[in-house]
Amino acid sequence: MFDVFFEYEFLQNAAITGILIGLIAPLLGVFIVVRRLSLIADALSHITLTGIAASLLLEKKVSGINNWDPVFMGMIFSVIGAVLIERLRKMYKKYEELAIPIILSGGIGLGVILISLADGFNTDLFSYLFGSVAAVSRSNMWTILFITISVIILVLLFYKELFILSFDEEHAKISGVKGRWIHLLFILMVALVIAASMQVVGILLVSALMTLPVAAAFRIAKSFKQTILLSVIFGELSVIVGLFSAYHLSVPPGGTIVMTAIVILISTIVYKKVSTLFWIKEEA
Amino acid sequence: MSEPKIVEVKNVSFRYEKEWAIEHVNFSIDKGQFLGLVGPNGSGKSTLIYLILGLIKPNKGSIRVFDESITHFNKWKEIGYVPQKANSFNTGFPASVLEVVKSGLVSRLGIFRFLKRKHTQKAIEALKIVDMEDFAKSNIGELSGGQQQRVFIARALVSDPSLLILDEPTVGVDTKHVTDLYDLLGRLNKKNGITLLMITHDIGTITEHATHVVSMNKTINFYGTSEDYNQYNAQGSLQWYREQSDQAFVTTHKEVTSDV
Repeated sequence: MFDVFFEYEFLQNAAITGILIGLIAPLLGVFIVVRRLSLIADALSHITLTGIAASLLLEKKVSGINNWDPVFMGMIFSVIGAVLIERLRKMYKKYEELAIPIILSGGIGLGVILISLADGFNTDLFSYLFGSVAAVSRSNMWTILFITISVIILVLLFYKELFILSFDEEHAKISGVKGRWIHLLFILMVALVIAASMQVVGILLVSALMTLPVAAAFRIAKSFKQTILLSVIFGELSVIVGLFSAYHLSVPPGGTIVMTAIVILISTIVYKKVSTLFWIKEEA
Repeated sequence: MSEPKIVEVKNVSFRYEKEWAIEHVNFSIDKGQFLGLVGPNGSGKSTLIYLILGLIKPNKGSIRVFDESITHFNKWKEIGYVPQKANSFNTGFPASVLEVVKSGLVSRLGIFRFLKRKHTQKAIEALKIVDMEDFAKSNIGELSGGQQQRVFIARALVSDPSLLILDEPTVGVDTKHVTDLYDLLGRLNKKNGITLLMITHDIGTITEHATHVVSMNKTINFYGTSEDYNQYNAQGSLQWYREQSDQAFVTTHKEVTSDV
């Protein structure tokens, strides 16, 4: 059943990349959700699309640029978007969430202009929007592996700082944590992970992989570490089942991955309800 | 040479936008004192605590904590802070009580150092002090307001601070736990030698426990011992200050005449 994933290189690339993003997207997603920044992933994924559009436009209009990987331009735009969001959050201290729609709409606006200027693209834009099992090249896979290792090292190094900043920012300040730098580092990691996840899950659905497994883990976890562990397990499960079914149903993996995550979320909600009912009955 | 002050606030004024929240505030805390900070709502008590913690910067004046200017302060492990209304945090946060208390060790550890098993042990010991060790694995959001308050006190105590600052820790706590809290603070102050600074509305209770009181309403109305504060309250501020100045006059007069 899974044999085909070992047979073809493009499927190997998709599977390995999928497993990597199934790990790092929910890992960062936990910190995003607890800091009530769930929509930040959406804003950054849209600005990533702008980067891809810019890259494809350059490729079309400027001779000599043929072998550029649009994903890299997407990453650059995502990182710039992340820095701008941090700046705007600082500027609108009492309305920090305003930064997200500003960057999101700005990203889409510029993206639409760039796409129109190029008179549409030869490249299948559909695969960038909803993901594709065939889109990931071997070099993309190595880049994503590098991003995965870097993110894991950074999260381990700054785990206690990320925890304290997420739980109680005031307490973080009086514990001597340099919040500004950690915020910046964190949002840069998010930008890179979004750009990395985009090819498999697609721009429109990448934020789901960062939030849905976390929402499911929230229902049953007792501690923060348990939340992270369960989120990663749910993320991996969504990616593996989603990729496999996408290949066999010939549909974009973004859709199947997200639907698997939704099924997991519903299961945890039902599990929690049922277990609470049983607990009430036992107590009575 | 006299021992340096734990906290020294010199002529500090601070304003939010155009309104002055506190003006020309002067007071200091010596080692081992238990200072109660009282005043009506909006009198600037919490602002003063924020200034002492370096969370906001004064528009005028200077603040020194542990003999260091607060603007360059880095001895954070010496300060434990219990914020106002522990239940103002995100109660849906999926953290266990133990994880919350362990986060109090960040100031002691500094960057690039990991929390280890010995730190878990230390957090459990802090929970024992506030009688919450049985809840170590519970989710922080599932506890009552009073229990959360005790967890936050444990978080403040876990780094073995020399100064403990509490912002209205008795709000939303039942009478029994208020008594327990004062007993605990008394023990920490007398037995462990921890200097305490506590904002409270319980004027009647605070003088039974605190050694000193600061009463403020944007400016400081009273700064002295708890006994003096009781007298100040009983006599009314005008009468009290009149007596104080009369006494000072008599003392000075006696000194002058005896010198002659």
